[in-house]
Amino acid sequence: MGTRIANHIVLGEDSRIAAVEIIVDGKSILANEGEPILSALLANGIKVNRYTAKRHEPRGLFCGIGQCTDCAMVVDGVPNVRTCITPVKSGMVIQTQDGLGPKEAAND
Amino acid sequence: MIEKDVVVVGAGPAGLAAAIEASAAGASVLLLDQNLKPGGQLFKQIHKFFGSSAHRSGTRGTDIGTALCDEARRNGVEIWLNSTVMGLFAGNKVGIEKGTDGTLKQILTVHAKKIIVAAGASENVVRFKGWTLPGVMGAGAAQTMINVNRVRPGQKIVMLGSGNVGLIVSYQLMQAGCEVVALVEAAPKIGGYAVHAAKITRAGVPVFLRHTVIEAIPDDSGVVSKVIIAQVDSSFLPVPGTEKTLEADVIAIGAGLKPVAELLHLMNCAFTFSPVFGGWIPLHNADMETSCEGIYVAGDSTGVEEANTALEEGRIAGISAAEKLGYIDTEEAQAKKAEIWQRLGALRLGPFGERRLAAKQVILNEFEQKTARGMHHGN
Repeated sequence: MGTRIANHIVLGEDSRIAAVEIIVDGKSILANEGEPILSALLANGIKVNRYTAKRHEPRGLFCGIGQCTDCAMVVDGVPNVRTCITPVKSGMVIQTQDGLGPKEAAND
Repeated sequence: MIEKDVVVVGAGPAGLAAAIEASAAGASVLLLDQNLKPGGQLFKQIHKFFGSSAHRSGTRGTDIGTALCDEARRNGVEIWLNSTVMGLFAGNKVGIEKGTDGTLKQILTVHAKKIIVAAGASENVVRFKGWTLPGVMGAGAAQTMINVNRVRPGQKIVMLGSGNVGLIVSYQLMQAGCEVVALVEAAPKIGGYAVHAAKITRAGVPVFLRHTVIEAIPDDSGVVSKVIIAQVDSSFLPVPGTEKTLEADVIAIGAGLKPVAELLHLMNCAFTFSPVFGGWIPLHNADMETSCEGIYVAGDSTGVEEANTALEEGRIAGISAAEKLGYIDTEEAQAKKAEIWQRLGALRLGPFGERRLAAKQVILNEFEQKTARGMHHGN
């Protein structure tokens, strides 16, 4: 499900081509090098970034500018990475966060 | 320890303008910002600004941002990005955390002769059942996604709040290809400028005045899929039996902004409460200097307004800091500042502007009355 804005009446055409691969919860998706991880996830229809520690409630994009930490995920093994302000690098491994660690696939 | 004449916290319009003025006068300036790019929120303002030609009306916010960043670099301003100011400490020390998430960060202390805080504002939240679900976000967050990151946060949007942010972001969401299924406002009339409202109503967006969001309902994946709105009474309480259910996957909250001024609270600067400016505001004098000598403030940190007022206040702070350090003689500095205050007056006109003009005067007056420095200087 693509939600990228290819053509925009003010901004014009998007010249970027989502050309690098990142791994999200074991699946490969395409992203633009240097864009925030969060925007690559949204472009691929992924809206849940983490689950809270106590009640395991889902959280996603809220402030979009690195203030609220709701979009934190485990990136290359490091938890609490704010995906809305952390740029994509080719080959990054991203995991949905549950509490302070990655969400176990078995819990799904 | 690194030594600088002037350290500016925040590289939005106020901070950039302050850094440019201080640096142009000859001061060594370090400009800090926690983001990957300078420019603050200017880069999501893809619309043309209002105002006079002196304030670049008809220019898009993004272009103003680019011009300011270029000017700062040309003037020799040192810019550190990915740098969060954690605190200000006695003796004008600035504590900085430098580096991106997921990497080893550096902790650095910079000694500044003068500090200018231009940290901006943060979005207010409205709480309702389900407000923490993915899909509920600040209107500014939705704007960042479409205009900066070029990705839609969802397809069907409920906008809560009809101030200028709610109106402009609704229009920009439509430009980005989203459907705005409702504009919801608790007050009996639209809060923002009629010119922005007209763009929304012309496009046929249903406007629900005297309404609020009472619940966001998730789908199986935990993401917003339905939104319940209801009419409110004169005390803003929902009226039972008036609920409507809308299909939407985003609730964007445009309920105003509040100043970010924690660093000045840490320094024990004097504050006042100003509803017009969005909350607790640090008192300052006509030099934009706070009750803590050598610490200045500019932009939304000293009352939520707009990019042009932030720019002008930043210029005053930068000139004042450079003047105190002896880089500009007093006569020249006073003349420059008087001219800028005049331009600020021109920006604070009209029914919205006059309230801000009056609120700013209260802050200047309270500085004189309440702070020891105000009384000593007595100007």
